[in-house]
Amino acid sequence: MSFSITTTEPQETVFSANDVKVYYGKFLALKGISIDIFKNSVTAFIGPSGCGKSTLLRCFNRLNDLIENFHLEGKIVYHHQNLYDPQVDPVEVRRRIGMVFQKPNPFPKSIYDNVAFGARINGYKGDMDELVEKSLRSAALWDEVKDKLKESGLALSGGQQQRLCIARAIAVQPDAILMDEPCSALDPISTLRVEELIHQLKERYSIIIVTHNMQQASRVADMTAFFNVEPTDKGGRMGYLVEYDRTEVIFQTPKQQATQEYVSGRFG
Amino acid sequence: MPESIPETANSTLTSGNLHRSLSPRTLFNEVMTALAFLCGALALIPLLAVLSYVAIQGFSSLNFSVFTELPPPPMSQGGGFGNAIAGTLIMVGIAAAIAVPVGVLAAIYLTEFSDPHTVRWIRFATNVLSGVPSIIAGVFAYGIVVLTFVGLKWGSYSPIAGGVALAVLMLPIIVRTTDESLQLVPSEMRQAAVGLGATKFQTVWGVVLPAALPAIVTGTTLAVARASGETAPLIFTALFSPFWPQIWPPQQFIAPTASLAVLVYNFAIVPFKNQQQLAWAASLILVLMVLLTSIISRWAIRQRS
Repeated sequence: MSFSITTTEPQETVFSANDVKVYYGKFLALKGISIDIFKNSVTAFIGPSGCGKSTLLRCFNRLNDLIENFHLEGKIVYHHQNLYDPQVDPVEVRRRIGMVFQKPNPFPKSIYDNVAFGARINGYKGDMDELVEKSLRSAALWDEVKDKLKESGLALSGGQQQRLCIARAIAVQPDAILMDEPCSALDPISTLRVEELIHQLKERYSIIIVTHNMQQASRVADMTAFFNVEPTDKGGRMGYLVEYDRTEVIFQTPKQQATQEYVSGRFG
Repeated sequence: MPESIPETANSTLTSGNLHRSLSPRTLFNEVMTALAFLCGALALIPLLAVLSYVAIQGFSSLNFSVFTELPPPPMSQGGGFGNAIAGTLIMVGIAAAIAVPVGVLAAIYLTEFSDPHTVRWIRFATNVLSGVPSIIAGVFAYGIVVLTFVGLKWGSYSPIAGGVALAVLMLPIIVRTTDESLQLVPSEMRQAAVGLGATKFQTVWGVVLPAALPAIVTGTTLAVARASGETAPLIFTALFSPFWPQIWPPQQFIAPTASLAVLVYNFAIVPFKNQQQLAWAASLILVLMVLLTSIISRWAIRQRS
């Protein structure tokens, strides 16, 4: 007799954030976050608006570097290297850690070129047609677009566009994929398809997903981190990590009062 | 119990009839709509009048020899302005070769690289430059190019000087339109490219520029249209010539050169019928050239996408 259970054994970590503080100028936006992200699992970041979950997500591929006066203290270790070491090239980081954005943002190019773009700029030498097909298949989009690869990516529906963006991220052959509310602009059916996709993708990638939708977190995530926000005495708002555990613990038997209130819908 | 909606408002809405009435606000609405239509029509009058007058006058004096022959001396019949068409093409070509790369790259610098403080000053300078009267661009090119050539004993007036003067006029148009079109490219596009591990160059070259290309081409076409119609700066720099421009050897290239705009200016004010007819024909060719540039560039963009 055999049945599968979710293991609770400590797994290999991909990212390990250690006392990460994020500043915009002098203003502290995220205080002392320490969190381990596990390999081949889906980790959800939940919490009310302004709690800094997207900000933290964008720290993992150094996308926040684009924001002026952004400044990070602490360490984010990725496979034994600190991502914020001055020696680290953010471009190299982003080649290994893919990103899917809140709003589907395909390039104004053909479907084929959307997928091939990332591989081309990274000097991919193999068979491009094969890579495009493989990536679109992995994103569960191939059957819908195989006859119109030369058409613009913008001609697709919202849900298809988002899966195209996932295919584009996969084509670079990343190690981890960051998703910033990937379903918030999609209808329920497209959302379901993207969630199924996330389930399949975690076999090969480590995924972090920011979501406002708690059902979504409970459906897709193995681990869940709950963030909250508190006003600072200078009139700003500062996010912090309240609780991080296995998803069923967060949703059924959270240790913190605030988590309990948030997941049962009493605030946020 | 929550506050109820005021009784009167409620009853008029439900009991009043729904037909059109001549209430003051309906009347005002109609008058303003009519006024807008009237102003629209008034704005079209000069546009259509100029174009149709040029077309009527130009077509009647147009024939094949205007493209192949040189301008006639006064009092004689026939002739053409093939040298002026060639001169305009050469000078606008030189101007575009200078202004398009410089202008597009400057706009890329403005939107993608520079800090907000510098940007403000460069945008301000561009706006000032676009308001500079064209004759000043001519004087500038005269001082910079013509006098230099005189000093070097290479000659004096030349299509190069004309091209530089026109480039000065094209530059602010290209910078502004490119700058605006690059700013319209959503920042999500840049983030998507950067998120895939693109360098700054790959982001700009592979994503931002292609997305903005149609607007950049439109701006360049506008600039070409403006430059090919300019007269004043060419009087200072290229002057006019009754002969064909010589491209080779280079010493002969540096010589006064004819252009359509200056030809129109010269021939329209003389009292000879034949010359006046040629000026009309040249005006028409000038308009058609601008139209053709616009059509070709739009067609090229459509082929690409």
